[in-house]
Amino acid sequence: MRSLGSGDILFILAALRWTLLLSLAAFAGGAVGGLLVALARSGRVEALRWAAFGYIKLFQGTPLLMQLFLAFFVPGIFGISVDPWGAAMLGLSLHASAFLGEIWRGAIETVPKGQWEASAALGLKYWRQMRLIVLPQALRVAIPPTVGFLVQLIKATSLASIIGFVEITRAAQVINNAVFQPFTIFGLVGLAYFVICWPLSAYSKRMEQRLAVARR
Amino acid sequence: MNYVFEFSAVFDAWDDLMAGLLRTVWLSAAAMGIGLVVAILGALAKTNGPRPLRWAIDAYIELIRNTPFLIQLFVIFFGLPVIGLRLEADQASLLALVVNVSAYGIEIIRAGIESIQHGQIEAGRALGLRPLQIFRLIVLKPALQAIYPSLTSQFILLMLNSSVCSTIAANELTAAANDIQSRTFRSFEVYFVVTGLYLALSVLFWAVFAGIERAFLRQPASR
Repeated sequence: MRSLGSGDILFILAALRWTLLLSLAAFAGGAVGGLLVALARSGRVEALRWAAFGYIKLFQGTPLLMQLFLAFFVPGIFGISVDPWGAAMLGLSLHASAFLGEIWRGAIETVPKGQWEASAALGLKYWRQMRLIVLPQALRVAIPPTVGFLVQLIKATSLASIIGFVEITRAAQVINNAVFQPFTIFGLVGLAYFVICWPLSAYSKRMEQRLAVARR
Repeated sequence: MNYVFEFSAVFDAWDDLMAGLLRTVWLSAAAMGIGLVVAILGALAKTNGPRPLRWAIDAYIELIRNTPFLIQLFVIFFGLPVIGLRLEADQASLLALVVNVSAYGIEIIRAGIESIQHGQIEAGRALGLRPLQIFRLIVLKPALQAIYPSLTSQFILLMLNSSVCSTIAANELTAAANDIQSRTFRSFEVYFVVTGLYLALSVLFWAVFAGIERAFLRQPASR
């Protein structure tokens, strides 16, 4: 067995870029899906409201690990082969769509009814009401919990290691199998996640407090 | 689409899945029970304790909430033996889940404690309530009402999170699924059924928790 060298540590830290890339890709995918879910869930079409409700509950009621496994195996049924990167991105995007959809629905519903009525009185139709009146006001409320969820998502990318995608957790396992210094290696990886997530958590908390003061 | 579904391979192993499911429920309930005790102590220390202790608890909360559960599990299972503490996969899973849920629990319970306004207690005294009545009616019940939704959703999150413990081959539902998968190679079928089982567990607990809330924690009609 060889010992832990600086090359090993560099290998692990370099894999951090895949963690970040996967987080960003899943967040982007989740933002598109989440907006659709939020609009469907808060909208006036009964069938769409129920479909969005079912989608959210389905993803909130099952483990992310199972969602990733299914994202890996389901495309194969249709004859499409996905690599771990594709499966991780698909699974995490669908997962994020459900959670962001629920967060943004809540934000949309904080906008007072009078705003809808006033904009309707001005002759605006649904899409322009949404785009010009409701969403800008909902955005302010949505930012803290959205950043909070981004932290959850960054941590969640560690599960992509289980379906074989080489991000920082997987890279750490690979090196640990060769040098077996688990305390140092996983401690270091934990620290790397902390350095990324902690400022985001702190920002989210501060924004939330500022919003609470503004609302008082 | 010319995939041939073969669910019988999964249903042949139904007993293994049910055993795994019970282990998942047991593991989650045990972790939640112990985690609640730790969280209550932590919350009391954070609201009343000396300053260095408060800092230590803050550091613990931030550290746990800003690192992935999988890494916490690896540090406990693979890392602790290096300093001489060797745990079985099941013990390491329980410990990791307790460590994780406590960090979230402390904040939830602290919020409950802080939701009680002092004027309420004084008002209770002015009405001539005895100390035990004040604690039960004015402190405990409203605090429980305030934190109950967060605590119950934390339990469901914990239960779903426990599937990650399969990576160290702890004895639970996902690990049972992995076993069946490696025996039968019916990957989709196994994970599809097991996902359904987790969903059934979540729905069951959502219903039970909502029932308990309706029965015991109903809000007074006027507030």
